[in-house]
Order: sequence, then C-alpha cells, then structure tokens
Amino acid sequence: MVTAPDNDISDIKVDSVGDFTFPERNKYDSGFGITEKTVDFIADVKNDPDWIREFRHKALKVFQDKPMPTHWATKDLENIKFDEFRYYLSDGQKPKRSWDDVPDDVKKTFDRLGIPEQERKFLAGVEAQYDSEAAYSNIKAAVAEQGVIFVNSTEGLHKYPEIFRKWFGKVIPTGDNKFSALNSAVFSGGSFIYVPPGVKVKHPLQAYFRINSEQFGQFERTLIIADEGAEVMYMEGCTAPKFETATLHSAVVELVAMKGAKIQYVTVQNWSSNVFNLVTKRGIAHEDAEVRWIDCNIGSRLTMKYPGVIMKGKRARGEVISIALANSGQHQDTGAKMVHAADDTTSNVISKSISIGQGRSTYRGLVHIPKHLKGCKNNTECDALLINSNSHTDTYPAISVRGNQHSTQHEASVSQVSADQIFYLMQRGLTEAEAMSLSVNGFINDLVKEFPMEYSVELKRLIDLEMEGSVG
Amino acid sequence: MSLEIKALHAQIPGREILKGLNLTINPGEVHAIMGPNGSGKSTLSKVLCGHDDYEVTSGEVLLDGENILDMAVDARSRAGLFLAFQYPHEIPGVSNANFLRAALKARLPKGEDIDAVRFYKQLYARMDQLEMDRSFTIRSVNEGFSGGEKKRNEILQLMMLEPKYAILDETDSGLDIDALKIVSRGVNAMRSENRGFLVITHYQRLLNYIQPDIVHVLKDGRIVKTGGKELSLELEERGYDWVTDESLAAAA
Repeated sequence: MVTAPDNDISDIKVDSVGDFTFPERNKYDSGFGITEKTVDFIADVKNDPDWIREFRHKALKVFQDKPMPTHWATKDLENIKFDEFRYYLSDGQKPKRSWDDVPDDVKKTFDRLGIPEQERKFLAGVEAQYDSEAAYSNIKAAVAEQGVIFVNSTEGLHKYPEIFRKWFGKVIPTGDNKFSALNSAVFSGGSFIYVPPGVKVKHPLQAYFRINSEQFGQFERTLIIADEGAEVMYMEGCTAPKFETATLHSAVVELVAMKGAKIQYVTVQNWSSNVFNLVTKRGIAHEDAEVRWIDCNIGSRLTMKYPGVIMKGKRARGEVISIALANSGQHQDTGAKMVHAADDTTSNVISKSISIGQGRSTYRGLVHIPKHLKGCKNNTECDALLINSNSHTDTYPAISVRGNQHSTQHEASVSQVSADQIFYLMQRGLTEAEAMSLSVNGFINDLVKEFPMEYSVELKRLIDLEMEGSVG
Repeated sequence: MSLEIKALHAQIPGREILKGLNLTINPGEVHAIMGPNGSGKSTLSKVLCGHDDYEVTSGEVLLDGENILDMAVDARSRAGLFLAFQYPHEIPGVSNANFLRAALKARLPKGEDIDAVRFYKQLYARMDQLEMDRSFTIRSVNEGFSGGEKKRNEILQLMMLEPKYAILDETDSGLDIDALKIVSRGVNAMRSENRGFLVITHYQRLLNYIQPDIVHVLKDGRIVKTGGKELSLELEERGYDWVTDESLAAAA
C-alpha cells in the first residue's frame, strides 16, 4: 500500500515575496486626515444611503471621544498619527466580473506572490480587494445558483439592505473599541456573504486583500451570515508590499451563525513591518451553531487581534486556532475572546507563537463563563517558541468562570529549539537555516493542518522566508 | 580515498578528551572501536561531525583527502559523513518522510528536487528491510519511538542517504536481540567496497552480527591496541584493564 504523507509541503521554492509596489492610479482620494468632511467625502463617493452616512458620522464622534487603550495595550499605539493617513482611495472602477477584465498590474502582483496556477483556478470564484475597492469579483455559478450572496460590502448594503441592515454593526457595536469606531466611520471594501438555510457551500470563498498606496489606511468591513443549518468557509489572505512610512489597517469582521450553522474564517496575513494591523473580529453562534477562526499572523509592526465568539445559543461552539510569528521590530499581540452566554456551550483556543530575533509575541485571552449557566467547557492551550536568546513572549490569560457546573482547562508552554536538535538535523545535511525552518514548521504543523492546502503551502513559504537570516 | 584521522586532539573547556588519536578507515572496511566508559568513544563521533561542544586543538581529519575540520556540520554530512546517533533527537511535527526528503534535497544542486515516486519506492523498500511499518513515514521523527525504533530509524536514514563513511555510535544499546539482528542486517546490506564503517560499541555482542575487519581499543583518548575480530572476543573475556598494561609495557 502506498501512503503519501499528508500536507507534504517540503519542496516548495522560496522566492522574495511582497517586496514590490506598482504605480498608484487612484481617481478618488479623500486626502489626508479624518474629519466630518472626510466622512462626507466617502459617503458621497460611495453613494451611501442616509442611514449609513449617519452611522459613519456617529462613529466618527465615538472614535474622536475614545482614548487609546494604552492602559493595557502597548504604548506603540501612541505613534499612530491619524492626521497622516488617507482614509479613502478607489480606482473608481466597478468591481470586475471576469479574470480577463482584471488590470495587468494586479495580475502581476499575483504573479509575484507566486500564487500557483492551480490556485488561480480557485480564484475564479474569488472576491479580490485591491486597494479599497474590489478589483475583481466573480461568484462561481454554482454558488450563486444555491442562492449564496457573495459581494463586496458596498454592493451588499445597496442591493440587500433587508439582510445587511439587520446584522451590520450588531455583532461588533461601533463603540466596542477605538478602532472599530474608526472603521465604522470610514469603512470601504470587504465582503458581504449570505448563505441561505441548509446550504452548504462546498468550495471556500476567497478574498485577497492588499494595500498598494503609501500612507493609506485600509478599513474593510466584512459581514458573513450563515442562515439555519448553512455552512461556509471564508478565506482571506494578505501580503502587502513594503512602504517607507507607516500604514494603518483596521478591519471589522462580523460573523453570524444561525441555529445549527457553521462558519469557518481563515486568515493568512503577512503585512510589511511598518503596518499597524488593529483588527476587530467577532462571531455570534446561535443554538447548535459553530464559529471557527483559523488565523495566521506574520509581519506588521503591531498586530492587535483577538477573534471572539459569543456563544449565544445552547450547545454552541466557538474555536480559535492561531499562529503568530514575530520577527525583529514586530509585535504580535493576539489571542481570543470566548464569551459563553448559554448552557452547554464549548470553546477551544489553541495558540502557537514564534518569536524570532527581537520579535515579541503576546497572547491575550479572555474566557467568560457566568454563574447562572451550566455545562460550559473551555480548553485553552498556548505555546510559545523562542528562536533567539533576545526573543520575547508574554501571556495574559484571563479566565473568569463562575458557578461550579463548568469545566475549564488551561495549558501554556514556552520552549526553544535546542542546539542538539539543530545539530541532529545539520548532521543530515541541512543548513542551519533549513534546520531551524524545519523545526519551526514542525512546531506549528498540527495547526497548519487546519488551513486549506494552498494556504499551508503559502504559510511554509512565508516561514522559510522569515527564518532566513535568523540564524548564524 | 579514506577517512584519515591524524594525531587528533580535542577538548571541552578545561579537559582534553582526545589525546592524539590516529585512525584510517578505507572504503570497504568495517572498523570497530571498543573501550571503557569515558575513554572518548562518543566524543570521537561528535568531533568528527563537528559538534561545537568540542574544540579541536590539533590534528587533522581528511575525508578522501579533504580536511573537514574547517567545514560546518551540514557540509561534512553532504561530503559523505554520517553519524547514527546513540540518542537520536526527536523532531516534533516533522514527518520522517519530509525529513528524509529535506535531507536528500540538501544534496542536490539548488533548485532541483527529488523524484517523489522514486523516493517512496526506495523508502518503502528500505523500511521493509528494517521491518518498519509504513506508518513511520508520517510519524514525527523519533517522537514517541521506542529505543529500538529510534535505532532502526537511524539505520533507515543511513540507507537513504548512502554516505561514504558511516559512524555507528552504540547502535546496539537499548536493543533486544531481535531488533539487534534487524538493525545489523540493515547495516550489512549497506556494506560495500565504496563505503567505510566505524562501529562504536561497548559490547562484543554487536560484532557477532556486524563482523568487523579491524578492532581498536580506545582508552584515555587514544587508540592503544589494534587487532582483528578475535581482539573483541578477548576483550569480552578479559575486560579492558590488561590492554593498558600491555601497551604501557610496550612503550616502556
């Protein structure tokens, strides 16, 4: 019997990824800084309905009033100069429907990312965001036939207001935090997905997000609703080119899993190391529903991201699987929020972080199980791997469990790749960097298996790149 | 063509362990090194492979005429030197098959890759020789392996990498008699006129299965006696003490 090893990604070639930009061509530009005028400009350009315009203005007020969360978060947030960003950019083009219509420089970008031919076929059913508007959008015929709506958020709010308005801003209220308020004021782009009752979307829906303009903040807004018994997987990949100055990325992603529905949200991101990536992601799981966040954070100057699940209905399940890799000059401040709000709900958090050079990774977790519930379960595991002696990791788990009818489990570990392990691998002919890369890939291998195949390939390529120059 | 060790001195900080060791292994030969605990047997294997716990203070090691002492660990491996570890390391999350592919690929010119079909064909054939279950291809390297399974896995790597010179460091330790036979069969299958072996062992038992051409006694960092297969039997019977006495007498 011949058995091929699963997830065999050992032979992927490594190329330089993400180190390039193309000339800007933006017909619409909101200028620098954020005021009432900026918000009106965006609302005008996007032809917003009145309720959205009003929503933006209220959000701007909340954003301006809210202080930075530096009483618990890193002081580096204070270095964000809100006046130096542009908050809206668009090439003014209508979203594309077919691959042939996609501008050549966009295709070139995909080329440079080394997206394999096979994955490009996948892109046939893809929503790709280039700058703040979807440059390419094409729903696979089969998916549309099932009644699935997969459009950008602007199209969603114009064409499907009855569904959009019901859930928009309900999972993550404007005032949740300063950056969700900022997003609510200036959002553009992102996806809107609705899966009708009982429909199980076979192929993952994909979107590629990229930033291609200097000093430009990207504020996509994604809303995914899986109606009763529906199932959908959404995949998001980010690889940004390098810039000279800081770039702000602040997305809001809301997921709604109705009774018995299942949503998986997969992210692989690799921001360049000057990006502030401050993202709010949360899902609501109704009775017997499941929300899974599968998340990989590589790069950026500072990432703050704590995907959450509110388990609102009985027997709902929430899961966060996350991998974070922090290289020198980078801080991955990631974790999970699990709010149990019904009996017999189950949550699972598995987080692995890798710190290279002077990189810093932080795990911040919140698990909340109130007293009046029974039969709730949480499992939290966080493992940190330090590559160099000056690498840094810290863990802040906050688990509040009241009542005595619950079960929680928490494990944490910090380890280093041992010199003997490297010696063993090198004795078999691997260079020190290859040995380190193989060890790191091994450390996260059980989580990588949770990612779709083409993402795990990309992930390995990104890790190989990060490990180059980390040794010797 | 040979692996030549000339007047090799090596130390850990504050203590010299190898004190002028001389040894030449020609392709086709199997050399056994025996010696009491602390004589420097395992140190020799690690120094040859370039472990940075040890500092070579003088001497030379030539692999087919090329001095390998200035080469990094991985370069020595690719030059044809293999060590079957006494305590093989566990590599969590890395499958045996991926590990072997990576090691083989490291021997190819940059950009070239191994033929996956041929690789698996060869891997399975070798595993059959070692009576290893196919499930070992997807299991993490050495993780959760029994002592015997780890040693078999070392020989599997030897078989796949086909080195010019192979050092076996106490490969028999922790093996029951059945496993010892299987491992020895694997080693014997790799004996060839193009390959030299250095078999480090405490016990004569292994040498019943892997018949050495030459037996050396290592004591206090030097080879103090060299003989044929019969020397190992004599050591088994009489221990090591007499060897020192004899060599000192000869020196006197």
